[in-house]
Amino acid sequence: MKVPLSWLREYAELPPVTAQEVADRLTAAGLKLEAVESVGHDVKNVVVGRVLDFETLEGFKKPIRWCTVEVGEAEPRGIICGATNFAAGDVVPVALPGAVLPGGFEVGSRKTYGKISDGMICSARELGVGDDHDGILILPRDTPIGADVVELLGLRDDVLDLEVTTDRGYALSIRGVAREAALAYGVPFRDPADVPLPAAEGPGYPASIGDPTACDRFALRMVEGFDPAAPTPMWMRVRLARVGIRSVSLAVDVTNYVMHEMGQPLHAFDRATLTGEIVVRRARPGEKLETLDHVERALHPEDVLITDDSGPIGLAGTMGGLRTEVSGTTTDLVIEAAHFTPSGVARMSRRHQLVSDASRKFERGVDTEIQLQASARAVALLAELGGGRIHPGLTFVTVETAPTVIAMRTGHPDRVAGLTYGPEVVVRRLREVGCVVEPGEGAEGEWLKVTAPSWRPDLTDPNDLAEEVIRLEGYDRIESVLPAAPAGAGLTEAQRYRRRVGRALASAGFTEVLAYPFVSPRDWDDLQLPEGDARRRAVRLANPLSEDEPLMRTTLLPGLLKILVRNTGRGFTDVALFETGAVYRPRPDAPATAPVLRVDRGPTPEEVASIEAALPDQPLRVAAVLAGDAERPGWWGQGRRAGWADAIEAARLVAFEAGVTPEVRADEHAPWHPGRCAALYAGDVLLGHAGELHPRVVEAYGLPPRTCALELELTRLEALLAGPAQTPAVSPYPIATQDVALIVPAGTPVAEVEAALREGAGDLLEDIRLFDVYTGAQVGEGNKSLAYTLRFRAPDRTLTAEEASASRDAAVAEATRRVGAHLRT
Amino acid sequence: MSNDYDPVEVTPLHADEVAKMRDEALAAIAAAPDLDALKQVRLAHAGDRSPLALANREIGALPPAARAEAGKRVGGARGEISKALAARQAELERERDERVLVEEAVDVTLPWDRRPRGARHPLTTLQERIGDTFVAMGYEIAEGPELEGEWFNFDALNMGPDHPARGEHDTFYVESPDSGMVLRTQTSPVQIRALLSRPLPVYVVGPGKTFRTDELDATHTPVFHQVEGLAVDEGLTMAHLKGTLDRFAEVMFGEGITTRFRPHYFPFTEPSAEVDLLCFVCRGASANPGSPACRTCKSEGWIEWGGCGMVNPRVLVACGVDPERYSGFAFGMGIERTLMFRHNAEDMRDMIEGDVRFTRPFGMEV
Repeated sequence: MKVPLSWLREYAELPPVTAQEVADRLTAAGLKLEAVESVGHDVKNVVVGRVLDFETLEGFKKPIRWCTVEVGEAEPRGIICGATNFAAGDVVPVALPGAVLPGGFEVGSRKTYGKISDGMICSARELGVGDDHDGILILPRDTPIGADVVELLGLRDDVLDLEVTTDRGYALSIRGVAREAALAYGVPFRDPADVPLPAAEGPGYPASIGDPTACDRFALRMVEGFDPAAPTPMWMRVRLARVGIRSVSLAVDVTNYVMHEMGQPLHAFDRATLTGEIVVRRARPGEKLETLDHVERALHPEDVLITDDSGPIGLAGTMGGLRTEVSGTTTDLVIEAAHFTPSGVARMSRRHQLVSDASRKFERGVDTEIQLQASARAVALLAELGGGRIHPGLTFVTVETAPTVIAMRTGHPDRVAGLTYGPEVVVRRLREVGCVVEPGEGAEGEWLKVTAPSWRPDLTDPNDLAEEVIRLEGYDRIESVLPAAPAGAGLTEAQRYRRRVGRALASAGFTEVLAYPFVSPRDWDDLQLPEGDARRRAVRLANPLSEDEPLMRTTLLPGLLKILVRNTGRGFTDVALFETGAVYRPRPDAPATAPVLRVDRGPTPEEVASIEAALPDQPLRVAAVLAGDAERPGWWGQGRRAGWADAIEAARLVAFEAGVTPEVRADEHAPWHPGRCAALYAGDVLLGHAGELHPRVVEAYGLPPRTCALELELTRLEALLAGPAQTPAVSPYPIATQDVALIVPAGTPVAEVEAALREGAGDLLEDIRLFDVYTGAQVGEGNKSLAYTLRFRAPDRTLTAEEASASRDAAVAEATRRVGAHLRT
Repeated sequence: MSNDYDPVEVTPLHADEVAKMRDEALAAIAAAPDLDALKQVRLAHAGDRSPLALANREIGALPPAARAEAGKRVGGARGEISKALAARQAELERERDERVLVEEAVDVTLPWDRRPRGARHPLTTLQERIGDTFVAMGYEIAEGPELEGEWFNFDALNMGPDHPARGEHDTFYVESPDSGMVLRTQTSPVQIRALLSRPLPVYVVGPGKTFRTDELDATHTPVFHQVEGLAVDEGLTMAHLKGTLDRFAEVMFGEGITTRFRPHYFPFTEPSAEVDLLCFVCRGASANPGSPACRTCKSEGWIEWGGCGMVNPRVLVACGVDPERYSGFAFGMGIERTLMFRHNAEDMRDMIEGDVRFTRPFGMEV
């Protein structure tokens, strides 16, 4: 909302303070300053001149005029001008040599087109009062020659740009901001809506409200014999330019000017294009309307329309129709000032993706009681400036509405603020914002009956009134008191676990990233997911940022792989990355929509469940990718490439942090290499996968060769979190160590051999460690030798060599039984 | 050992004989060049078969009157030798140690960057730090889904279907705009979930991911993070809100850093305020005319930090909480924004691109 300080001062008797000071006060009152634009302060030496005569110079690319211009000096000046939109006798702004134009542009006397140009004739844009640069600015013939243009046009101003929150529609007008500014300074406010209302004589243009749920005020006034060629006066053009509204024609400019000043959107119809009664109603099936922006719009049955006998002629409170627009031949004007319901306009504006100054105001709430005043002001200006005659008739149809009455405890603002304002301050402040405050129910002074002013539809609840009191008294008066919250339980076990996982992976050399969760259907192919893979069933966004990535991730890997590629592309070839985040897994049997519940009471558990049922599962996962060297080469020797075992080890680490020792099994699962993919289990619960990626995946994403990855579901691990660890019995007795070498078929998973050894060794086994894997002629074709150290210890005695050997033999026997292992001799 | 029994005279026990054996021993000890040589010397002169040890055995053969004197003589000599051995041993060990330690010296300035370092993302660790700050005040950490029901994200927060604020949220809709499901545009739905699932009073913070359809640039990202705070109890006022945020500011930015409230509007709080933070670099000084400029607050003295307010009683009603009995406050801050000014991170793109050069310096905590 742009507010020229000069305009503000017309209605609020502000002290002589700077724009910044005014802005600070308004910011403290809730109208936040975004910027102060200081305009015209640097402009000087621009005067009013009259073109006495000119000669057109030939031989240049475009016609050039050599003008003789009277500027109130003894002699006229000779000035070169490239524009042709003026005639001899026209009055124009002239920048004299030494003049400064907006932006610090200096004008000098200079030789051009073979003449000495003794100044410059200015366009509207050069003076900073609009975009018009097609020709020079022509001033009224009766403008005093030699007068200072800056003074004359009021070019010097400060424009406040204020952020107006959606609740305070009234502040989208000079009227509303002036009211706040006057309150902030405690100075008188002059209401621009306080205009004389001439007694109406007879009916105006016929109109009715067809749908009382869409519109409750509809006023029409008329101006006849209007001169469509009448120019918009400079002061109005300057003001409109300052607030960012383009000057179109006098009729349109006046409606915009009054709208910006009073906050009441107005619309001007060309009466000659209207046929029959104007009716405000909803759209009928199949109706269409071409709006002022030349867009033909198919109308929705809920659209609120202005219609006449011909059909729709405007989207109510949003944009007028093209056919009934005022034009260069319009002499009779019908001016509409109405009040439409916020929701009607809001939905229509959203439906047609059409936001106008008017729709923005109606959506946020327009004063319900200024339609007559605003239209009266508009027709008075049109008649005065456009030479028309005000038609004495008035059309004003209304639907009765009750003002909002709020019952509030007198002490409520005190209780909200934690301060004592007292009843006098509360009542005074509420009256200052325009409320009618009367004693309410209950004991004397206990309750107030507060009627909100017609321009504040946002005031509906006691807390709204409390805010008015508190903000006007100043938010800086609020004290700072730390509440004593009850003792909490700290982080949950799951929350602690997630932190541990992050720290463990970072300590293991992984760097955390946060990828966007948006993926492409192509990712499923790039990951080599088979048809029918559950991960291909993803949530689709209705309005994705990129049409290429309309899906929500069902695995963390695509984002990580793309970030890995980005890092390697930037020269970081040894990269290990991880991410912890949600994936979104639609449930096959979920309802398509989540219901929107009522809000006038708390929902039942069943109602909440009905929303939850529609939402996808959103388990938390952790995934990591690694490529290049896990250990770098250096003066200490060779490096070591990151490999499938690093990925599985990192996956184990994540499980260990949950107190889970995972069981690792070979698996074939995309996007992993079918021979280098591990599934990790806790009992029957699949935790996730780890290993080397499939070479086709590596190729599809442009990854470094043999990139490895893991992905585990933290939500499942959180459910398995071990309780408090139990203290082990630390035996003081000595260790008995036994080494065994077993020969097994080469395809036997080591995990199975170890499990058998553990099982067979029994309780005396303290630890088992595989220290060598050997294949070669000595152990026979198709076999491998596994060398283990078994450590035995008893809690209550020193083991004899016989006991340790017996345990070892039992371990070997079990391995023989399960996987056909035999001792290497 | 001598088998000859000679009860009168035993040559080795003569005084000059003992002295000679002693002197030979001491000379050998002094001459031993290293520990190995000394070991041989010890064997030769102090071992079981050394002359003095053999001599000692003969003492028993002496007449009783002579035994004491001979014992004293031999014992004294052996004592001297033993002492000399110990001294020489210590001396040689010291020499060896000195030599070995010098020989074993290495260049400790050699780099050891064998394993690349990892790090946690500062947006994660900043959320944890904020969480810890409130946990220390008795709060708990609440959570909610990122893909959320519209009722939780809007309606229950007093943002009905036609609410103009709803249009300003640039919402990602799921499947179709009528699905009733959105990517949450704010962490505020966590307020609703906390009130529906926890017994009163409720004191929670909810850090997490949020989504808006903004294109990525230096100061916007479609996926970002907020931290939500909610307290609902009997008798809570705006003063409690101010006190809580002042404490939060002080813990995050240093002693003496306070907050300032400016009236604002959020549908789910009433009254509402925007929260400014006293600039922790210039402490507001740069706003005074003539003071040096401050980059952090752009010489405004205050930094826009987030939004807050008293929970709108309509929100309490929608959650089945009696607004006559309970009141509450809520606040929300952007994590990216907080990271930007707390750590001079100038470009949000760095936070999402995942370049390891950005993340590594943050280590394990921010």
